[in-house]
Amino acid sequence: MQTLREGGRWLFVLLLVLWGVRPGYAQSPSDAGFLSTLGELREASFPDKEGIVDRLSQSGHPSVRSVLTAFMEDRLVYRNDDQRIFIVKSTEGDPPAFDLIDPLTLKSGGSAPVDSLTRIGTNNGLRRILRTTVAHFGLSSSDSSVRLEAVRDMLKSLDEPTVVLLRQQNGVETNSRVKREIAIGLALAALDSSDTQMRLDAIVTLRSSASQDVRNKLEGLLEQSSNGKFTEPDQKVRKAAADAVLIIDRWRTFYSGIETLFFGLSLGSVLVLIAIGLAITFGVMGVINMAHGELMMLGAYTTYVVQTAMPGHIGISILVAIPAAFLVSALTGVLIERTVIRFLYGRPLETLLATFGVSLILQQLVRSVFSALNRSVITPDWMSGTLQLNEALGITYNRLYIVIFTLVVFAGIMAVLKRTRLGLDIRAVSQNRTMARAMGIRSEWVDAMTFGLGSGIAGIAGVALSQLTNVGPNLGQSYIIDSFMVVVFGGVGNLWGALIGGMSMGIVNKLLEPYSGAVLAKIFVLIALILFIQARPRGLFPQTGRSSENN
Amino acid sequence: MLLHSRSWIASKITGSPGTAAASDDVRGGAWFLSALAFVVIVVPVLNQGVPPTSPFHLSAYALTLIGKYMCYAMLALAVDLIWGYCGILSLGHAAFFSLGGYAMGMYLMRQIGTRGVYGDPILPDFMVFLNWKSLPWFWYGFNHFLFAVLMMVLVPGALALVFGWFAFRSRVTGVYFSIITQAMSYALMLAFFRNDMGFGGNNGFTDFKEILGFDLHSDRTRVVLLIVTALLLAASYLACRAIVASRAGRVMRAIRDAESRTRFLGYPVESFKLWVFVFSAVIAGIAGALFVPQIGVINPGEFAPINSIEVVIWVAVGGRGTLFGAAIGAVLVNYAKTYFTGALPEVWLYALGALFILVTLFLPKGVIGLLRTRENKK
Repeated sequence: MQTLREGGRWLFVLLLVLWGVRPGYAQSPSDAGFLSTLGELREASFPDKEGIVDRLSQSGHPSVRSVLTAFMEDRLVYRNDDQRIFIVKSTEGDPPAFDLIDPLTLKSGGSAPVDSLTRIGTNNGLRRILRTTVAHFGLSSSDSSVRLEAVRDMLKSLDEPTVVLLRQQNGVETNSRVKREIAIGLALAALDSSDTQMRLDAIVTLRSSASQDVRNKLEGLLEQSSNGKFTEPDQKVRKAAADAVLIIDRWRTFYSGIETLFFGLSLGSVLVLIAIGLAITFGVMGVINMAHGELMMLGAYTTYVVQTAMPGHIGISILVAIPAAFLVSALTGVLIERTVIRFLYGRPLETLLATFGVSLILQQLVRSVFSALNRSVITPDWMSGTLQLNEALGITYNRLYIVIFTLVVFAGIMAVLKRTRLGLDIRAVSQNRTMARAMGIRSEWVDAMTFGLGSGIAGIAGVALSQLTNVGPNLGQSYIIDSFMVVVFGGVGNLWGALIGGMSMGIVNKLLEPYSGAVLAKIFVLIALILFIQARPRGLFPQTGRSSENN
Repeated sequence: MLLHSRSWIASKITGSPGTAAASDDVRGGAWFLSALAFVVIVVPVLNQGVPPTSPFHLSAYALTLIGKYMCYAMLALAVDLIWGYCGILSLGHAAFFSLGGYAMGMYLMRQIGTRGVYGDPILPDFMVFLNWKSLPWFWYGFNHFLFAVLMMVLVPGALALVFGWFAFRSRVTGVYFSIITQAMSYALMLAFFRNDMGFGGNNGFTDFKEILGFDLHSDRTRVVLLIVTALLLAASYLACRAIVASRAGRVMRAIRDAESRTRFLGYPVESFKLWVFVFSAVIAGIAGALFVPQIGVINPGEFAPINSIEVVIWVAVGGRGTLFGAAIGAVLVNYAKTYFTGALPEVWLYALGALFILVTLFLPKGVIGLLRTRENKK
């Protein structure tokens, strides 16, 4: 099986066909028969429908699982004028017309207004049967993640037939994660057993779960009804259950701690991405770039433009946007440096004002070109969704990617500064401009390149931000003060300072949030930083040596 | 080196090279004060004496506008005093301005009394709306005008004292100081946006009825407020000029030009900076307090960091280091803003941005500097 599956897609299709004609499912899988059985659903009573469902599941038709799932979710309809049966793609959001799917081929069957369709009704009993049947199909899938999903679905409504199914599956299951999930399901069922020892064993198994449902079920055992009788008669079992609840709670607290830490890291990553660029221009060149946020905004808008330009390839567009945003922002940065900043070297307060003027112009420019409304950038499929590590801990992919992306960019910048000729020049000029010039380094050119590099990184940060928030003309302003604080906290001109400063600010922010709310957390962090500056006026990692003294 | 320094600082202290500029200041100042006197005399006449049908009648809108410009001029004076003369670029003066404004706003809110929408004799409308049962402790006393006036001066002054003491003591200078003052202003803005702070949250204070028993909507009250503003503007100008012309003013300029040298010569640089900063914050607070009754609203948006930066550009446009220049810059830029936001709203941010760039690149001494070089050439 395993090798066949790896062999290629056509083999997989072949397997499906083979599975379809396996003995035991030996009724004719002909489309006509399937359709006519399906057609009976239109008129049948609820008890009759149960029989039809049973026959459908025996038919072995390749689309039977999709049809039954749709039936369970109330998405099976027939068209009033020709009585044909269809699956509705989605009923979410109450659209005026439904997109239809042909039940035989599972391909699109056009769309129809809601009024022209009649839903094939279900009731609770029927849905329970459907759930078991669909789960059965899920359990026999060759993909372990489908099996896992099926088991999880079954755990939500444990009854006699599902327990039997789980027990059967337990014998043949090879995947350890699925096995664990099944064990938890069986243990949950065993809690209702009359044998005390079995209940105790079940609790021992359940202790290792971190699921909220399991916890609630265990806590239910400890409840006391009004006449003083416990739900669980045996005292030993009650004690074990109480212990298990405690253990599960402790794990859940631990996992939510990790989650908070991760949120902090991802917020910190955004700050780091912004602050790296600032640290380069601010630290290396002594230039306060108030337009840094707007360069970031340009990067975000570049992402939007790239995505609009290639609508069919959302997944790749973001990868294209990264170099594009770097270029757009870097060129804008070089332009700013050549036209404004180079006349103001050595006058940091004046650069602050002039670049603030630049930021106003860039904001208004974007408003004139794209309008003042926010634009939303679509998150590609591979970045949406959640990486579910266990029942209590899930990590959203976009945040995970941003953390990784930040680290990659950071390593890249470090490499540029430490390993390339440009990096050497930049470091030389920042340490001693006159001496560097005496050694033949064109300091003017290095200035332009440094500013371009810092601005380009701002553009890349904009790409990352476009995945987290709406893209609008005020995007830059909302992060710029925070990132200035990161640079001041970490120590001017020190990239490691920006990394550690940004990450710790992000984490502290998120750690405080549950206690004080987002706004107060931010205020506390700002106050803490203002106090920190008092103790270490030059940040965590101050620049040392001759260049640090500017008086 | 040291000898050279001594003679350098001596020249600063005795003021020999600066005399020409100082006399210029006196002349410009005289112009500035006469302009204010003109406002004080002519505005009441044009508003009260001329019938509304006449083309020379000054409308209530114009009164508000002139009042607003004068408040901004006062704020610009405060910023110029520390930036132009002491080299401290504060990006937090909008915070001092707003705190003064909030203190005045609290007094005006208490004056509304039962005339509010909910008619509660003690609690302002927003507190009734939030289901608060009693007045928070920090609102006590604001029904007395004198107490409110005291707070308009004390609150911004105290904040500047504490903040400045921490900052200057640990030698946070230059750009670092600018950035942390900006962060302070930003933190205060976030705080005042919160409803639980007890300052009306998002909406701030508005719908004021009267001040000291006079109806705020009548032209007569507005004229009086405007005269008071003009007089206080003149007073703060004279006070700033007195400071700048004094011995302390010369030390301030020495700190601006070479802080370390001044320190090595034995001047207590930190305390000079601290007291100038506090004084400047107090002027900003008074300006804010005068602003609120004339405009009729104060909300957390006034704390926004961009407001502080705009003040700096007024000063730069007018002429950093000339007090009346800063005031004139405030009026010029704000007049342009009123005009552009009305006529060509799209263009205003472009114009403001270009102004920032052009002034820093080509007019380091502002409009006043430009006029002076012209005069010298003649």
